[in-house]
Amino acid sequence: MSVALLFAIAGLTAVGIYLITSRNLSRIILGFVLLGHAAVLGLVTAGGPPGEAPIAGASDQPIANPLPQALALTAIVISFGLTLFMLALAGRQQTLSGSDLVEDDLEDRRLAARAERAAALADLAEQAEERDEQHEEST
Amino acid sequence: MNLLFALMIVGPLAASAGALLVRERGALRDVITMVGLGTAAAASWVMFGIVARDGTQTVRVGGWDPELGIVLVADRFAALVLPIALAIIFVVEIFAIGQRRTAWGANPELSGPLLGVLTAGVSLAFLTGDLFTLFVAFELILVSSYVLLTHQGQRAQVRSGMSYVVMNLLASTLFLFGLAYVYAATGTVNMALLTERMGDLSDGVRIGIGAWFFVVFGTKAAVFPLFSWLPDSYPTAPTTITAVFAGLLTKVGIYAMIRFHTLMGLDELGGAMLIIAGVTMVIGAIGALAQSNVKRILSFHIISQIGYMLMGLGLFTAAGTAGAILFLVHHMPVKTVLFLVGGLIENEQGTGRLDRSGGMASRRPIIAALFAVPALSLAGLPPFSGFIAKFSVISAGIEARATPIVFLALFAGLLTLMSMTKIWLGVFWGSPPVDVDGDEPPGNRKTMLAATGLAVLGTLTISLFAGALFDLSVEAAEELRSVSAYRDAVLR
Repeated sequence: MSVALLFAIAGLTAVGIYLITSRNLSRIILGFVLLGHAAVLGLVTAGGPPGEAPIAGASDQPIANPLPQALALTAIVISFGLTLFMLALAGRQQTLSGSDLVEDDLEDRRLAARAERAAALADLAEQAEERDEQHEEST
Repeated sequence: MNLLFALMIVGPLAASAGALLVRERGALRDVITMVGLGTAAAASWVMFGIVARDGTQTVRVGGWDPELGIVLVADRFAALVLPIALAIIFVVEIFAIGQRRTAWGANPELSGPLLGVLTAGVSLAFLTGDLFTLFVAFELILVSSYVLLTHQGQRAQVRSGMSYVVMNLLASTLFLFGLAYVYAATGTVNMALLTERMGDLSDGVRIGIGAWFFVVFGTKAAVFPLFSWLPDSYPTAPTTITAVFAGLLTKVGIYAMIRFHTLMGLDELGGAMLIIAGVTMVIGAIGALAQSNVKRILSFHIISQIGYMLMGLGLFTAAGTAGAILFLVHHMPVKTVLFLVGGLIENEQGTGRLDRSGGMASRRPIIAALFAVPALSLAGLPPFSGFIAKFSVISAGIEARATPIVFLALFAGLLTLMSMTKIWLGVFWGSPPVDVDGDEPPGNRKTMLAATGLAVLGTLTISLFAGALFDLSVEAAEELRSVSAYRDAVLR
């Protein structure tokens, strides 16, 4: 296994993961493109030592393992289609909201706000009780 | 035999291509879709009969050797689960045709054909004998689900679609990395060959690969802590789409997990699985209690129920695996029916929010009855299928002396009953909301009610034949655990 390939996989993965932690969908898409490349390189690396093109009878040198290459090709086609779909999704989000940021779940926020409101109300009630007690003590 | 496999995988794909070509002509498009989905379902039932009689059936696609080519395998496990999955899709398509004139209906030009693609993906995922084809099947399912979720282009759908797509794409990328590891370590991705070669690896590599795929399949199955995308995205889709997702998508993940981890004999992961299963059950059930929308409550329950299946798997005993399989068989139809009833509720009163509904039991007693049966089944009350499924998982837990997880499972069952009561109180009892108008609700209600009724009847049938199904699950589990049966069938 070539050390250069290994470093390429590590670098692509690191940059890819950095990019998908963003809230910006176009950055996330770029991140997935890089992560996909890293995974495909990983598949090719897993195929073993390099060799001649795997065509029957074309060469008497040892040939490269064709199976992981077939797997890698399939994976590339799939990630190509998905990238297009995500770009369309980002475009739609841009039209709807003016930016392609990933937004929070509204229902989650509503539930969280309800809990905060209940806590605030409980606080108020407690304060009022304390005030009453103090009032009683003073009289 | 080749023909049966083709009808289940290529048939729905061809039907969806044909339906897309004539998408402008409503009736013809629906007929093509129904024929494609119907023959796939029928083929899977025939397959079930053949496998029950003759044992595992295999097809080498293109005649290639398993080392190089794709092998399709219908063992008892696949043949038991697949007919139910395909029947569900068929029933939901009937419901979709009744619902399409309403605001909650999916866009008919796309939803039918895309369901065909999803069906092909589900069949392929259940039948494939190698990990890479499993990856392709997952992608087939996910790509169609991405489009089904977001095709109406509403703001909430695009927003939740983003987190859904990003989470699932991340899992797919990890899957691809995992495939590279497996290939580098063993030189094959065929599961039958892997069962031989995984044993030669050092424990660290073997368990590492198992843990990696646990994360991959766990994201698809929405186990704790990888579930957050599910309750966010499912409720925003049209009802029929959510019903199919709820019944099938996470279950494909748990199916892959049961198959892979049992065949590879990764018992060492059992402890971690049980802990995660316990947390998943309880967190899902508590999350459901906090919600105030029918579809969101039901979505959190999917997560909770995944915990039970994971518990059965994590025990790594024959009884545990059998329990997980039976739970899978019970859960798929019940969950789909509950979402269909959720769709009926939305259709009747214009919203799924509990604080804006009520009094449905007196106005629409049929819907109340259609809800009550699967709800009680989900909570695990006898005599419904949920009771038998939970009983088999929990008794396997007691047998394996895994006491903490058994208590957690019982506790989560109680919480499930509480949130089902919450829906019942909110929607069916009490007085109707003041602003309810006397207008006839939109959509073809007869078709929708008939489809839901059919599905409820299906779940009742499962309860009725629970004994036979339990025996089938035990057989499937034993076959899966005695790895040699699978290996010999594929490699002979």
